[in-house]
Amino acid sequence: MAERTELTTTKAPDSNEHPTSPAVDIFEDAGGITLLADMPGVAKDRLDVKLDGDTLSVEGRVELQGLADMRALWAEVNVPRFRRTFTLSRELDASRIEANLKDGVLTLRVPKHAHAQPRRIEVKSA
Amino acid sequence: MFDTMLSRPQNLFDQLESLQRLLTRAAGVEGAPGGIRSVAYGAFPEINVGRTQNSVEVFAFAPGIDGSSLDVTIERNVLKISGTRASAIPRGDTQVQLYANERPQGRFSRAVSLPDDVDPLKVEAKYRDGILRVSIALSATAQPQRISVQ
Repeated sequence: MAERTELTTTKAPDSNEHPTSPAVDIFEDAGGITLLADMPGVAKDRLDVKLDGDTLSVEGRVELQGLADMRALWAEVNVPRFRRTFTLSRELDASRIEANLKDGVLTLRVPKHAHAQPRRIEVKSA
Repeated sequence: MFDTMLSRPQNLFDQLESLQRLLTRAAGVEGAPGGIRSVAYGAFPEINVGRTQNSVEVFAFAPGIDGSSLDVTIERNVLKISGTRASAIPRGDTQVQLYANERPQGRFSRAVSLPDDVDPLKVEAKYRDGILRVSIALSATAQPQRISVQ
């Protein structure tokens, strides 16, 4: 990319603004659904994955070290909070969710209930 | 407008917010003049720059990347961050159904003009929790110097 970002003063990050929605990849295979969410700057202790009925919510806080005497020159990321919610459909077994956080990427795997997995029905000839 | 509906946030308000951010940033509304080389929509990674008493700190929000594969260079006071992010989506598997593909993938490259008073030889770069932090010390001669009066 030939573009170059020139620094101009802009407003400093405001943590009272409503949270940013993290970018996600979601795909489904025969066994369940996989979700990946970009949450850079979020460490495990600042990540909250909650399940309320069939609503899955993902929330994280960005913690940047050593900012006490830092003056913002340019901020494309203005809000240090991520939040996004999803509704899980019935064939997903929410009790068996697996979550993994690495390098700011949250990976969630929600398997389908055993009875909801696609099954091939054998057709017997009469 | 959107190459595929899978690559943009589904929520209506998120879409409005994305559009709004794009327009205000590019058009120079909201007080700050739009950069003469305005950032294209969807620039990855997003960048924050701050200034402390002794350094300039650049934060690139680049989750899910192998830190050692990042290419960070400084040339004529321009910091350039490049790399590649592989897609996490399994391709070629006909059993897989894709519902959302919002995460940027592929090659990326961003360049930031650094202030004139940095010392390009005193740079440290650390990648942690998906953030690349580049610290450039300010040039010693740029610090305020006290001159004693005889």
